[in-house]
Amino acid sequence: MIPFHYARANDVADAVRMISADPAAKFIAGGTNLVDLMKENVERPSRLIDISRLPLDTIEPTADGGLRIGALVPNSDLAYHPLVEQRYPLLASAILAGASAQLRNMASTGGNLLQRTRCAYFYDTVTPCNKREPGSGCSAIGGINRIHAILGTSENCIATHPSDMCVALAALDARVRVTGPAGERAMAFDDFHRLPGDTPQTDTNLLPDEIVTAIELPALGFADNYSYLKIRDRLSYAFALVSIAAALELEGGAIKQARLALGGVAHKPWRNTAAEAALRGQRADQASFSRAADILLRDAKGYEHNAFKIELARRGIIRTLTQAAQATPQSQYDKKIR
Amino acid sequence: MAQRGAAQRSNDPVPLPGKIPISLVVNGVETALKVAPWTTLLDALRDNLELTGTKKGCDHGQCGACTVLVDGRRVNSCLTLAVMKDGARVTTVEGLATKDALHPLQQAFIDHDAFQCGYCTPGQLCSAAGLIAEGNAKTPDQIRELMSGNLCRCGAYPNIVAAIQQAMGTNS
Ligand SMILES: Cc1cc2nc3c(=O)[nH]c(=O)nc-3n(C[C@H](O)[C@H](O)[C@H](O)COP(=O)(O)OP(=O)(O)OC[C@H]3O[C@@H](n4cnc5c(N)ncnc54)[C@H](O)[C@@H]3O)c2cc1C
Ligand code: SF4
Ligand code: FES
Ligand code: FES
Repeated sequence: MIPFHYARANDVADAVRMISADPAAKFIAGGTNLVDLMKENVERPSRLIDISRLPLDTIEPTADGGLRIGALVPNSDLAYHPLVEQRYPLLASAILAGASAQLRNMASTGGNLLQRTRCAYFYDTVTPCNKREPGSGCSAIGGINRIHAILGTSENCIATHPSDMCVALAALDARVRVTGPAGERAMAFDDFHRLPGDTPQTDTNLLPDEIVTAIELPALGFADNYSYLKIRDRLSYAFALVSIAAALELEGGAIKQARLALGGVAHKPWRNTAAEAALRGQRADQASFSRAADILLRDAKGYEHNAFKIELARRGIIRTLTQAAQATPQSQYDKKIR
Repeated sequence: MAQRGAAQRSNDPVPLPGKIPISLVVNGVETALKVAPWTTLLDALRDNLELTGTKKGCDHGQCGACTVLVDGRRVNSCLTLAVMKDGARVTTVEGLATKDALHPLQQAFIDHDAFQCGYCTPGQLCSAAGLIAEGNAKTPDQIRELMSGNLCRCGAYPNIVAAIQQAMGTNS
């Protein structure tokens, strides 16, 4: 790590003031992504602003029947919170599919949203990478791109967003609350992360002087019919090749509402409302699940080493929707996919 | 707008910040030390406090060898900045046993031969202590999954699971 200054923020206003004053400063929460990237010299902040002691660590029901999750709630506390286990088990399951118990103890809710890609070229400072060094080129497009994106890519970057938690948050239609010098605002989850386009160096629409303060979940939690299926190279402690969050509201044998989001396939958690619309009113069966998968993957594009992800995602979508419909969600302990 | 990060830092050297005094309660002992902002808890324990039981495997959160308990929770000390833990209680493998008795997990690791080279063992022990305190593992599948953050290149996994079951009192 190269030298940097350290300061502790006392409250949210203080944090915003400190980040506005130094354009090369960064917030640090759990540190599990930032310290790693600093050791690799990929992130080189002049100053770390420690937000880990801010009072943003509570989980509270909201007036409209939803849940407000402070940005500093550790991933493990969120996954095991009784209200999350009961009302948003899809979120609990996705969190427990990610990282390790130690890392989940450290990782914060806000930091999880802002974690950066695991593209190996992004980590390797001697190779060109538009995300790390804008204009230098993308080493992955013509290089080893097995873990890379199949949807929403650009000619400048084909990186994926690596989070599991965010895939569930996308499916659950969460909102992100942020505070900046001009005050507070809320963003729909889908508006938080960006596609790479011609500015892959920018992962999100969070402004440089804003802090994430909370995530809000609406009342509808799909607690009866959901599943999170993560497919990866080893059974645990590995990032997703493809992951699928599926949630259904069933009435009789028919689908009243559906949610479908994928991880490991794009620069952002990939929710597809057209596929969801196609499921609405249909029978919860293989034929309608297969149609939804085709819609979601219509524009998917494979590269030299990752074209397998398209068929993997198609089968994964059908399997996960089936698990959701049968109320037999994927266990994150017994790894057999049923 | 551009993202915060490397691109915005000028190439002028940052004047070296001084070391920051912090205090930690390490294995029950109140300890004052001075650390640079970039000193990890792992390096502070090993280099400043000469507690070399905690091991450095990968230094990137990928192996679990550096696992310690901070305020009772297991964490990767290689990704923890010491300065951020000012005031915390830290338990390392050196703090598990009492004066006259091994920790039940240490005894169980011996009983079940749950190691070969032993390099991962301090991390396995602290991680298992955290696992038991969390109380979320009841079955062997759950133990395996919730211990997956601790790699063992010698492959002692089956014996590690058996040792943890013994310490939890869940095997016959
Ligand atoms: C070995 C390993 C395996 C992993 N496996 C998985 C996995 O399988 N699935 C998965 O989903 N994740 C995985 N992770 C990633 C992990 O979940 C993230 O690193 C973690 O969630 C980041 O949270 P943090 O609090 O530690 O963030 P930090 O490292 O503290 O910060 C990350 C970024 O977010 C910014 N930031 C943090 N909080 C805020 C805030 N409130 N407002 C504005 N900016 C903020 C920081 O400035 C920084 O840029 C893994 C990590 C490691 C090291
Ligand atoms: S895919 Fe994106 S992150 Fe990876 S090398 Fe290309 S530009 Fe960099
Ligand atoms: S040394 Fe910390 S996880 Fe490997
Ligand atoms: S005993 Fe050798 S690495 Fe685990």
